[in-house]
Amino acid sequence: MTLDNIKTLEPSQLRAEMQGLKAKGFDYLSNLIGMDWGEEGGLGVVYCVENTATHEQAWLKTATTDRQQPVLPTVSDLWDIANIYEREAYDFYGIIFAGHPDMRRIFLREDWVGYPMRKDDKPEEQNPLRMDNEPLADDTTQYELQADGTVTTKKNVVFGPEDYVVNIGPQHPSTHGVLHFRVALDGEIIRKIDPVLGYIHRGVEKLNESYTYPQTLALTDRLDYLAAMQSRHALCMCIEKAMEIEVSERVQVVRTILDELQRIDSHILFFSCLCQDMGATTAFLYGFRDREKILDIFEETCGGRLIINYNTIGGLMADIHPNFQKRVKEFIPYMRKNIKEYHALFTGNVIFQNRSKGIGPLTKEQAVSFGCTGGTGRAAGWANDVRKNHPYAAYDKVDFNQVLRESGDSFDRYMIRLDEILESLNIIEQLIDNIPEGSYKEKTKPIIKVPEGTYYQAVESSRGEFGVFLESKGDKSPYRLHYRSTGLPLVAAMDTACKGFKIADLVTIGGTMDYIVPDIDR
Amino acid sequence: MEVKKRAKIKSFPYEEFKDNETYEKLVQELNANGANVIVTQLDNLIDWGRSNSLWPLTFATSCCGIEFMAVCAARYDIARFGFEVTRNSPRQADVILVSGTITTKMAPVLKRLYDQMADPKYVVAVGGCAISGGPFTKSYHVLKGVDKIIPVDVYVPGCPPRPESFLYGMMQLQRKVKVEQFFGTTNKKQKEPKE
Amino acid sequence: MFDFTVVTNWIDALLLSFLPGWAATLVECVLVALAIITLYAVFAIILIYMERKICAFFQCRLGPNRVGKWGSIQVLADVLKMLTKEIIDMKNVDRLLHKMAPFLVIVASMLTFACLPWNKGAEVLDFNIGIFFFLAAGSIGVVGILLAGWSSNNKYALIGAMRSGAQIISYEVSIGLVMLTMIVLTGTMSFSEICQQQADLGWNIFRGHVPAVLAFIIYLIAGNAECNRGPFDMPEAESELTAGYHVEYSGMHFGFYYLAEYLNLFICAGIASTIFLGGWAPFHVLGLDGFNHVMDYIPGAVWMIGKTFFVVFLLMWIRWTFPRLRIDQLLALEWKYLMPMSLVLLVLMAVCVSLGLTL
Repeated sequence: MTLDNIKTLEPSQLRAEMQGLKAKGFDYLSNLIGMDWGEEGGLGVVYCVENTATHEQAWLKTATTDRQQPVLPTVSDLWDIANIYEREAYDFYGIIFAGHPDMRRIFLREDWVGYPMRKDDKPEEQNPLRMDNEPLADDTTQYELQADGTVTTKKNVVFGPEDYVVNIGPQHPSTHGVLHFRVALDGEIIRKIDPVLGYIHRGVEKLNESYTYPQTLALTDRLDYLAAMQSRHALCMCIEKAMEIEVSERVQVVRTILDELQRIDSHILFFSCLCQDMGATTAFLYGFRDREKILDIFEETCGGRLIINYNTIGGLMADIHPNFQKRVKEFIPYMRKNIKEYHALFTGNVIFQNRSKGIGPLTKEQAVSFGCTGGTGRAAGWANDVRKNHPYAAYDKVDFNQVLRESGDSFDRYMIRLDEILESLNIIEQLIDNIPEGSYKEKTKPIIKVPEGTYYQAVESSRGEFGVFLESKGDKSPYRLHYRSTGLPLVAAMDTACKGFKIADLVTIGGTMDYIVPDIDR
Repeated sequence: MEVKKRAKIKSFPYEEFKDNETYEKLVQELNANGANVIVTQLDNLIDWGRSNSLWPLTFATSCCGIEFMAVCAARYDIARFGFEVTRNSPRQADVILVSGTITTKMAPVLKRLYDQMADPKYVVAVGGCAISGGPFTKSYHVLKGVDKIIPVDVYVPGCPPRPESFLYGMMQLQRKVKVEQFFGTTNKKQKEPKE
Repeated sequence: MFDFTVVTNWIDALLLSFLPGWAATLVECVLVALAIITLYAVFAIILIYMERKICAFFQCRLGPNRVGKWGSIQVLADVLKMLTKEIIDMKNVDRLLHKMAPFLVIVASMLTFACLPWNKGAEVLDFNIGIFFFLAAGSIGVVGILLAGWSSNNKYALIGAMRSGAQIISYEVSIGLVMLTMIVLTGTMSFSEICQQQADLGWNIFRGHVPAVLAFIIYLIAGNAECNRGPFDMPEAESELTAGYHVEYSGMHFGFYYLAEYLNLFICAGIASTIFLGGWAPFHVLGLDGFNHVMDYIPGAVWMIGKTFFVVFLLMWIRWTFPRLRIDQLLALEWKYLMPMSLVLLVLMAVCVSLGLTL
């Protein structure tokens, strides 16, 4: 989608405009993207808010030319998720959000020098490898913009001296990677969670700015490796739409099938890991047994098991394997049968039911405010499926249900994913016999240059809305390529979901939230 | 007297390993001083025990970790080698499989994990990221190879490596363990930290 | 039925023939201790191998199969490795308690191991308050666990130890009550007499019918919790507390905890087979004299070990099927359900016995 109508606002007008939008029902802040438009354009932020009832989007931007102390107003009181997004913008661009209660770095170390995403910053020169232990402050700063234009600071407390703080992570078996929660405990009960991110922050967005477009594709697979197909699909689609390349029907259908296979793969892994975290090791292995079947299909057609590198700008890397249809058709009944086994082995288990029902609920309002898309949002009753709301590829040609549940607790989040496996199987079943003939790849120029402009494309990845925001100056590499992480909102919501529950529930809630850490940190 | 040790791996002929030259060099180095027969026999016994009981630390930062889970799962089943006892506490683990990108923020954590492990300990760098930074080597926040901070025994290339290469890497590590000397040389690889 | 006292008496007589009385007793003590330690180690190795293989088969895997035939000496390799592994000295720990804790656990485990009646006449620790002694000795283990958590100076270890303390002390109530129920039936606390009675009159689980079967089920649940095994492996709860109370232990100190875990499982199963399933008493069916005669040819030790491994298998089956409970659910299960049930069972059994309703 080409964004040619981004509304530019002065920082002073921003809050009034945002409050107006919020009142009009734009209750989902889908993107808050830090930007550096150089000396003249200044440092700024691009906002995207969406109306959850009409699915109408509004894009706004604001900027300040003060590079020494760029101050913009906060919107963290309007949307919960803005809290963590603004910390990200502060971390990478040094933009200070006046009124934000917690202006700490979130991805980089607290003693990091400079703001790496600024175009004039040289992060490596100022930051040698530090091997000392990372400093973690117990208090934080709040900046306030006074009427005369000066900025005052105020100290806020994250953890007081009376808090019993346990570090869960970064090396911990149930954080699914290197996530770090600082948890204040009262006995076994969780009082507060403060996520510390960035242990796998690989600077993908910064790398993108120096890579050519085909090179940037390779990094998308490695963000959320369980949504490799969908992430890459999103970026390819974004570039194709910007360059006005029309891909063939065949490519659309194959991409859809593979996206759904990837979704099944991811949900099986979700099931496995949740079982493992809750102590049911056998169910973990049952899940992996079935996952191998999907990997076999991937391997035959795409050549990779986990990192697949199949989509490319203008189509696919290669045509599908002759066995592809046969294998997929064998897989559909096999998986349907095994879902029943999962339910028999794990879902019906009384221990699991007691440990998940009513645990870590997110209401619909909370899920929207935190921007928890995907299964987590749908478990709370928020119909947020991008496949339905903004159809792409072949999703408008197939008939499928958007699975919704009511209570938004851990059990619902779990059931949503198992039901979605069945829905995905339905989608695949409708398409697998009807793959149209056609070329698998459109001809593109050897050097790809995207015309100047701003583009956005969202897809429904395995765990929510994955968005690609591309700003091009007409060069062979992007000026700014931002990914809307699917996992960051889920981690931001952990504090709300876990408060008052027990430390064992943290594992259940974290497991059912289903986040992938490299996707959060990018 | 030079003792020539050649590790045997069950159902995997010596000739089929890829880099026997490096291996033989390693054997030469390790056995440069020679040893007497009884000690060698005892060494063999202990090395046999150690090489067949390499308990990995559950440590994964990104994609390679998922492939490690696949190795532990039913089709590839690392348990056949006796390596399935994954320990979550570094104190109880023998080998750390560094699977995934190590960022500069994670580097001190990894170093500390390595320091917390009890000797004898081994390091396997799994995947391009752990070996050299992989596709992210140009990034400002990525460590360009874990061998910059901890000694690596075996490198397993790939992005991510296939489960078969995991197993091959582990067999290479077994070969390395099998020629080590317990008696006669220092058992502790790491120096005592200065107070 | 072969009486093992023949062997012990013969050894006793042999030693007395050339040694004074006190020396003979000393030598016998040493011999028995050696036998116990050897058995302990052998059973630990068998159990660990069994667990790894059984869990592999539950999980559609092969399990260890490269060291020795079918991986049979895999555990030996682990033991060798463990013995030569460094034991880390840490700063800021309570050194004495930290080093003492694993020994307390292993001592408690060995003491209770010595209570098991292996065969007719082959009991090591056998006196008239045998069950009482067993419960008392078993309780020492929890001290080792609490000390481990406290002395490690680690938050995970501390939480793990506190959980463990709460769990073991709670479940000991049920175990004690269930055992009382069976003592009401047997009228004795001595393990040898309990077994002898079952050989003469039939297994307790049949004699005590309904209350005994219920008591057996409660015992299995509570015993599983006593051993800190899944679904009650809260103190270790890998996904929450990394390794629980033994998170800071390395080398053989960790090995002691590892061994004790499996041996406690064996002991728990052994006691179950002693007081419910007849111990070394063979399986008899009333009226089928030929069948009973054949059963008598199988030595008592085989019966005992066979039954124990059967119960061990049941417990492993449970472990590899169920997810883990949460600590509050675990305590609620004990205090709200199991303990009241065992109290009712105790009364029920007393009524049955006094009215002569036992078989």
